[in-house]
Amino acid sequence: MRKLALLAVLAAVWEAYARWLANPLLFPTFSATIAALGGAIASGQLPRAVSYTLTLLLKGYVAGLVLAALLTAFASVNRIGADLLEILTSMFNPLPSIALLPIALIWFGLGENSIIFVLIHAVLWAVALNTYAGFRAVSPILRMVGQNYGLSTPGYIARILIPAAFPSILTGLKVGWAFAWRTLIAAELIFGVSSGSGGLGWYIFEQKNQLLIPNVFAGLLTVILLGLFVDNVIFKTIEKVTVRRWGMQS
Amino acid sequence: MSLLTVEGVTLQYGNGNKPVVAAHRVSFSVARSDRYIILGPSGCGKSTILKAVGGYVQPIEGTILLNGNAIRSPGPDRIFVFQEFDQLLPWKTVKENIVFALTASRKVQRREAEERAAIYIEKVNLSEFAASYPHTLSGGMKQRVAIARAMAMQPDILLMDEPFAALDALTRSKMQDELLQLCEESKFTVLFVTHSIPEAIHIGTRILLLSAHPGRVKAELNSRDADAARIQEILFDGEMTS
Repeated sequence: MRKLALLAVLAAVWEAYARWLANPLLFPTFSATIAALGGAIASGQLPRAVSYTLTLLLKGYVAGLVLAALLTAFASVNRIGADLLEILTSMFNPLPSIALLPIALIWFGLGENSIIFVLIHAVLWAVALNTYAGFRAVSPILRMVGQNYGLSTPGYIARILIPAAFPSILTGLKVGWAFAWRTLIAAELIFGVSSGSGGLGWYIFEQKNQLLIPNVFAGLLTVILLGLFVDNVIFKTIEKVTVRRWGMQS
Repeated sequence: MSLLTVEGVTLQYGNGNKPVVAAHRVSFSVARSDRYIILGPSGCGKSTILKAVGGYVQPIEGTILLNGNAIRSPGPDRIFVFQEFDQLLPWKTVKENIVFALTASRKVQRREAEERAAIYIEKVNLSEFAASYPHTLSGGMKQRVAIARAMAMQPDILLMDEPFAALDALTRSKMQDELLQLCEESKFTVLFVTHSIPEAIHIGTRILLLSAHPGRVKAELNSRDADAARIQEILFDGEMTS
């Protein structure tokens, strides 16, 4: 409630400042931005861009998760795999995914594949590292309890290790999502220029070229709102029905 | 015939150039419905012996036979109750913890597992908390769930590694009585490790006394004709006066 009030105050300040500035090309008013947002949604242009972006995000995210699972599995069964994971993550974690876009464009050409490649890079290391750390932190007692039931190895992993490591895995998923979302919008901004594909980043860029600044702001607002939605609704809900209910929050 | 036979078992941990011998040529046998206590000071390898019976540790010498079969790996015919409170799966409710144990080990089908879980939860007086998650329970309640879970599995032998050691004194003595009553009712065979002499005398039918560094068998007694002073004397003969 307090936060909502603060948001309203911020919107009012925005409106007042923009009116005082009276330069819609530089800084449109809040009301103009909302109107542009409504218009863009009504025209179907923004929803199309959003659905394109989210589809792409999902593809990259899922591919990243699959690779992270493989890498973690490999790291869990032998020492070389563990060392490899450690080296790779410490090498690639500091490297912003977007920096790989130029090389991805050369390797995969202009198309979805390049963006998916950088998305995988954004997701893979964070998820693999956290999952692996989570597995290693599973208490020896829980491991012994699991072994006591005579579970098969896949059963043991799926029914003991993964739930026991879930708080850590969830952290990895959240960090991976945050990286992926920022990377994707940035990649679309650069990349859309050459391919003309219709993502949210590209929408922002295109509206700027046409000097439809309220629409640019509407696009930015959409990026924020979607980000907030995933963080505060999707991940919060997952947290509530899992780690918080289990008392496993770290 | 005895249910569990431990014959000349030597155990060590820590490999490489300086392995530590935890237990040296320990032999004993447990008959059905015994409450067999392994008692000794810390460092006598009693927990390691229990883990070897559980199949988590392989002896470097000697044999461990359960019903005449050598023990090679952990299995649901020997269920462990640990001292630690985190032995319950935190992502499952009290009831689900028991149901999972029964179904994961393929002992019974889900429906029967649920019935059995309800029975054993009732036995440890936790029916109200069947749908609670472990983190909402007190330490004593968690240990009760662990005991109910182990008993619901109806294993050949229950392996208890100081299950009450982390509880306060009042809860501990209450839990000891409850365990005794449950064992009397259903004739469970229990192998129970402790360092507390009163607990050993109270719970056990037979007591194995071990010395420390490395663990060696000092004596084996019937708890009926054992008293604390005598156990103390056997365990620490001579050492106390020096």
